[in-house]
Amino acid sequence: MESDRALGDIWVYLSTSPLLHLTLTVLAYLAADWLFQRSGRKALLNPVLLAILMLVTLLTLTGTRYETYFAGAQFVHFMLGPATVALAIPLYRHLDLIRRLWLPILVSIVTGATVSATSAVLIAQWLGASRQTLISLAPKSVTAPVAMGITEKVGGLPSLTAALVVLTGVLGAVIGPAVLALVRVRDDRARGLALGVTSHGIGTARAFQISSLTGAFSALAMGLMALASAFVLPAVLRWVFGG
Amino acid sequence: MALRFIALLLVCQLAGEAFVLWTGLPVPGPVLGMALLFAGLMLRGGVPEGLGRVVDTLLAHLSLLFVPAGVGVMLHIAMLREEWLAVTAALVLSTLLTLVVTGLVMTGLIRWLDSRQIGD
Repeated sequence: MESDRALGDIWVYLSTSPLLHLTLTVLAYLAADWLFQRSGRKALLNPVLLAILMLVTLLTLTGTRYETYFAGAQFVHFMLGPATVALAIPLYRHLDLIRRLWLPILVSIVTGATVSATSAVLIAQWLGASRQTLISLAPKSVTAPVAMGITEKVGGLPSLTAALVVLTGVLGAVIGPAVLALVRVRDDRARGLALGVTSHGIGTARAFQISSLTGAFSALAMGLMALASAFVLPAVLRWVFGG
Repeated sequence: MALRFIALLLVCQLAGEAFVLWTGLPVPGPVLGMALLFAGLMLRGGVPEGLGRVVDTLLAHLSLLFVPAGVGVMLHIAMLREEWLAVTAALVLSTLLTLVVTGLVMTGLIRWLDSRQIGD
């Protein structure tokens, strides 16, 4: 009896302390990455996707609210900011290449930003999605912290946008390299750019597995995509809603 | 000591965030922070060795940082069940289209630039 109560107390303490969900996030990711490596890096066993599935299952089974989980996981989430700043280093390392290609880079990214938002919103609208879903869907290819900021400004749901952003990231990272090979895009610079424009940081993480050059172009694309989308998105939404 | 370089990343982010608040620019703080650090590296003309090591470690685990936001999908399972077809079709088709269009435009423009430089 006594020891039962003590155990219960420990559980109550742990489940309300940020430490538990912080630790679970890191452990789930490590386990997911181990599975990914063991599988011979099968694209479908993307570590982000696996870790999310494990954690959502665990939280649902234990009846834990997302807010409780996030109180611990926010310490990992917070590192997105410094990591975005850190992308300046791979960019700088490839400065010469980027300087020579500034025009193709600029045109590709503005085209990509327009295609990404317009196609997603039009397809979802055609299939009857609600207005709030459409707005939350528009910045799906933009890196999470930026996409959430944009959504908030144009009247969508930031948490829904975050989920759609991660899904898009994982999807692009999983199918990206194969799709690009299929349409004979073989240049590392073009592959990196396409991965970064489509799948932001998750695509960039995938691009760094291909080569450092692919990763640098993906990081550049992700940064400029965030800039371009801040301007392109409100225009696309105005056009779709005819307002 | 790596702490100096972690501080440098945080200072750049903070400056970016402060600048956005001050000017009301529609750009996120960390992206401006990245531009700031980039400008600093250009002025200095190189990446300090210690900074390179810290950043390589941080970026090696970039995927982990997206997990907490992704778990937020559980808040929207009811909505996704209702609109799953529209959302799935939009995500899959738009992702395919964006990948292909961006990849092809970039490949085409690189070739165009190369042929023009040979022609000059």
